[in-house]
Amino acid sequence: MRQRLRFYLGDELREIDAVDPTLTVLDWLRLSERRVGTKEGCAEGDCGACTVVVGRLDGDTVRYEAVNACIRFLATLDGCRLLTVEHLKGPDGALHPVQQAMVDCHGSQCGFCTPGFVMSLLALYLNEERPDGQRIDDALAGNLCRCTGYEPIVRAAHAMYEMGDRTTDRFADRAAMAEKLKALRDEEILSVGAGGRRFLAPATVPQLAQLLLDNPGATIVAGATDVGLWVTKFQRVLATVIYTGRVRDLRRIEDRGDALVIGAGVTYSDAAERIAALYPDFGELIRRIGAEQVRNMGTIGGNIANGSPIGDTPPALIACGATLRLRRGAETRELPLEEFFIEYGKQDRREGEFVEAVILPKPAAGERFRAYKIAKRFDQDISAVCGAFRLTLDGEGRVADIRIAFGGMAGTPKRAAGAEVVLLGRHWTEETVRQGMEALADDYAPLSDWRASAAYRSTVAANLLMKLYVETSDPAAETRLVGDRRLAHA
Amino acid sequence: MPDSMAPDVTTPIAPVSTPERIQGAVHDPRRHESAHKHVSGEAVYVDDIAEPAGLLHVYLGLSSRAHARIRSIDLSPVRQAPGVVAVFTAADVPGVNDIGCMGKHDEPLFASTLVEHVGQPIFAVAAETRDQARRAAKLAVLEYEDLPAVLTIAAARDGERTLVTAPMTLRVGDADAALAEAPHRVEGRLAIGGQEHFYLESQIAMAVPGEDGEVLIHVSTQHPTEVQHIVAHVLDLPSAAVTVEVRRMGGGFGGKETQSNLFAACTALVAKRTGRAAKLRPDRDDDFQITGKRHDFEIDYRVGFDDSGLIQGVDMLFAARAGYAADLSGPVTDRALFHADNGYFYPAARLESLPLKTNTVSNTAFRGFGGPQGMVAAERVIDEIAFALGKDPLEIRKRNFYGSEDRNLTPYHQTVTDNILPELVAQLEESSGYWQRREDIRAFNAGSRILRKGLALTPVKFGISFTASHYNQAGALVHVYTDGSIQLNHGGIEMGQGLYTKVAQVVAEEFQVDISTIRPTATNTGKVPNTSATAASSGSDLNGKAAQAAARTIRERLVAFAAENWGVAPDAVRFQRNRVLVGDRDMSFADLVRAAYMARVQLSATGFYKTPKIHWDRAAGRGTPFYYFAYGAACAEVTVDTLTGEYVVDRVDILHDCGRSLNPAIDRGQIEGGFVQGMGWLTMEELWWDAQGRLRTHAPSTYKIPACSDRPRIFNVALLENAPNREDTIFRSKAVGEPPFMLGMSVLHALSDAVASVAGHRFCPRLDAPATPERVLGCIAALRERAAASPQS
Repeated sequence: MRQRLRFYLGDELREIDAVDPTLTVLDWLRLSERRVGTKEGCAEGDCGACTVVVGRLDGDTVRYEAVNACIRFLATLDGCRLLTVEHLKGPDGALHPVQQAMVDCHGSQCGFCTPGFVMSLLALYLNEERPDGQRIDDALAGNLCRCTGYEPIVRAAHAMYEMGDRTTDRFADRAAMAEKLKALRDEEILSVGAGGRRFLAPATVPQLAQLLLDNPGATIVAGATDVGLWVTKFQRVLATVIYTGRVRDLRRIEDRGDALVIGAGVTYSDAAERIAALYPDFGELIRRIGAEQVRNMGTIGGNIANGSPIGDTPPALIACGATLRLRRGAETRELPLEEFFIEYGKQDRREGEFVEAVILPKPAAGERFRAYKIAKRFDQDISAVCGAFRLTLDGEGRVADIRIAFGGMAGTPKRAAGAEVVLLGRHWTEETVRQGMEALADDYAPLSDWRASAAYRSTVAANLLMKLYVETSDPAAETRLVGDRRLAHA
Repeated sequence: MPDSMAPDVTTPIAPVSTPERIQGAVHDPRRHESAHKHVSGEAVYVDDIAEPAGLLHVYLGLSSRAHARIRSIDLSPVRQAPGVVAVFTAADVPGVNDIGCMGKHDEPLFASTLVEHVGQPIFAVAAETRDQARRAAKLAVLEYEDLPAVLTIAAARDGERTLVTAPMTLRVGDADAALAEAPHRVEGRLAIGGQEHFYLESQIAMAVPGEDGEVLIHVSTQHPTEVQHIVAHVLDLPSAAVTVEVRRMGGGFGGKETQSNLFAACTALVAKRTGRAAKLRPDRDDDFQITGKRHDFEIDYRVGFDDSGLIQGVDMLFAARAGYAADLSGPVTDRALFHADNGYFYPAARLESLPLKTNTVSNTAFRGFGGPQGMVAAERVIDEIAFALGKDPLEIRKRNFYGSEDRNLTPYHQTVTDNILPELVAQLEESSGYWQRREDIRAFNAGSRILRKGLALTPVKFGISFTASHYNQAGALVHVYTDGSIQLNHGGIEMGQGLYTKVAQVVAEEFQVDISTIRPTATNTGKVPNTSATAASSGSDLNGKAAQAAARTIRERLVAFAAENWGVAPDAVRFQRNRVLVGDRDMSFADLVRAAYMARVQLSATGFYKTPKIHWDRAAGRGTPFYYFAYGAACAEVTVDTLTGEYVVDRVDILHDCGRSLNPAIDRGQIEGGFVQGMGWLTMEELWWDAQGRLRTHAPSTYKIPACSDRPRIFNVALLENAPNREDTIFRSKAVGEPPFMLGMSVLHALSDAVASVAGHRFCPRLDAPATPERVLGCIAALRERAAASPQS
């Protein structure tokens, strides 16, 4: 067991013995280190003013990711490199190309969101050559600006590639940094804490399983995109935090031939491409979950395990027929994902048990999958309704198989059992679909809240079935406002 | 046209930029003076200032009830919480327990016996850390006796109609008679939601106690002088004992015009009572609960018009949710009436305001200050006429524009003398290809099963000046040092709008030195006193002129000195690109300054400016409240998903009038940013209160402002060229802070146009704001039902 947190702040190795298990990176920077360039805008990972870049070891290289410092716990940086806005200027005081582009394009007005934008742009600059407009929008979706209307910042995102040479950039030497980070890697359980509270970060699955048996009241933390808010908003005091992010075996996606086995620690960002290759529209859905910073931290396992009725991956996974693998000690069990969600706030997870992986079957020939996320805003918003559909028609145009699942329509992500029955075996016609739409009204009794009224949720859920019908029957119809429009008729 | 309104053409217009010109001259697209600090994290905001030793952190205990008597308060658990040093309530206020800006004594710093909205402060707790103070604030045990709460405009208007301040009526002609005689009449009701400012830097103040009861306050505010007055009032101090300093704000938008008083007063109280520095920064969720927002309105309108769509009479009642106290609701609802004409001539009109008291947070200033709500009403009326007559709304808009020589009297009896809307709109109509796109969209919609497009071109005319005439004054202070470097100070606040940059350009221009010579310094009530709020788009108009006056005073002293010292005529002393020519002598600016110093010439000066020509008689509803008008227009195209109500903004073309822009880059930023903020207000930004009066959209997770991808996909922004202000404003520029906000109306109307297509444009959709996907879909369903119920003959 290692009782010292180790990470790089820029080029400086920091080793810390006593750390509050839920101290955020932002509070550490601002309050302990007096590095005040990084700002707090919302303390819930929704505005991006606190964006920092974290480099983590990925094979023989370092992967740089924009993350929200406000909801990330400091101890999760173990083995990583933290870059803040103060690191960007050169030794001679010259602005980094990203900074110079922001200045030249008039990308700042009040300047408060600017350090966060600069860091999101830095991650983009380090990772991608000349991204297109969609990628720039995606890379900046997690940064709110109230002054500029974003246009000059997008101009800067294009211009920064004219301002410097990425290959000779100060942060480009990933091999050397990777060596330094490798030297920090070990197979020990990290155990740090303060005031009798502990942060435990196992390195292996058996360690994790044992820690959970030994600490039944512990809070499991993966990306902290939800638990972070318990701390910053509700000021909850967590006695023991068990962090899954160091467990490399949980961060793997295994191709089993007929299915992908997605480890519970796989982030949205890590999973996006692999899932999109199987289910393009699922990839599009992931593009719209949170924003870049959230997708770089949040995990699909966490999205399932926290049991929220408005998580976006569960409806899609349920529609795809995914199963969940749970583990307790050495014992594992698998169950269809929809059975995991018992009722609001209650899941089929026993004490000491944890989500180990989700198993996503590959699509069969002729199967069509669609997912639709409805919210007030396209990016970085929580769904009012999220609907996912898997449809197979037989040679006669009859519904041979259909699975429908919705989020935001009940206390859990839930299948539309009644509508599925109505549709199954029928000819896939507008009349059939209208009957299915009616049946949906009996499947769900949604609530009214600030995201949407019950009536809107019900209407939209039904209309999404119609959208599925149009997309699968009328190749000429335009149905999509955002993302890759070709997905509509894929 | 009265003589006093004649354009003053005596002020020379500065030449255009040439290689011989200084860097950062007026009209140059100079970068923001703090840009390099913004991008490196070096720009210091209040929370970034090094904390004095022993600083206490303050947090507020808030009401959980909308309207209740406080039966008992037990603060002992708060006092006993870890780290707590002191707890303060209304009983601890040495002066007056009142932070209201209007002198009505309706806004206590701390509620003591009665709470009037959820989130109202009841006490403050000071602790060693912010985390401790925040935890302790939750521990108070309060017993309430609930009282009936009035939460909505409807409940207030249809109930007792209690007002927070006196309403206003504007009258021109005989509206009832005009309506009675009009060939066509339409009436309806329009609902417009409020808006949270969502400045990225939340409210914050830090007070540092000094000698003899003095206190220095660093606070994120648009109105340091008001903070100074309120703190003096609360602490029972003379104003001279209170100094307020603001270097910059992380956004304000009106939300820090009066709302910062609370935070400043609280920290000042703690500093005075404990002798320790004190800081208060609410969490974002609490900031949402505690501070006022843009007023939501419901507007009842009646309009009478002829067969050609020409308006004959208008009658409108503007019911606004003021919240529990007056704050700025009086001037805000006044400004709604001042803009209920937008750019249109009403031969007869009656416009009334109802600033209604509700048990919600007291609403306040927000970019446009009521004007936008008035203008949205005007545009709704235009749409009603267009649908009633089956004409394109743009045609009706153009038909009703103010004239130049006639048809130019406003409902407040000011004559519009600078109207450029007809030409400006004609130019945009052409450059945006409005009519061709109208046809293209018709064709697209005819062939599209699910997606529908909409198009709208809406104008903006916005009155510039504070309607409280005494606010239209400003001071500045300029110091020239013996090395030739210059410090600049004025009463305006830098909140991102580039004010410090523009005013520095003015001073650079006056001395003909590069802008790098000028160092803007933090706004401080000890340097320039009795300032006005940086609001009403007035920042550069007022402070630019004041700084110009200060610079000219020093320049004149330098000229007089040089002329005398070197024996030349004063007009032989010329300032040119960091140098001064004195006859045939050529010296650096610094050399001249040093020589002047040795000759005991005063190198520091104050400057002062007051806006000419304006006056306003509120009781009579007559006067000239505005020095001039700023104009603009936007053409928006949207696509709506008729299955979900979602939409995207495909393209926006803007043509905006900045007069002769002081800084085209900064003005463009104001236009783009203002447009997107205005669009957000009318589309996705929704304030949602529950039945207990609790705001449930109280953070960015639930309250959605536009994100990067929501901006128009094609965004063509142009500044109107060759259009110097006809009034003698600073270098003939025009104010630009608020006017572009209202360009966002084009999106609401484009959405309405797309929605109307589902029923063949037969019915006015009456799309209310915010036009969330839910509201758009509801509107589509209603139109389809209506069309089905009355099939076209």
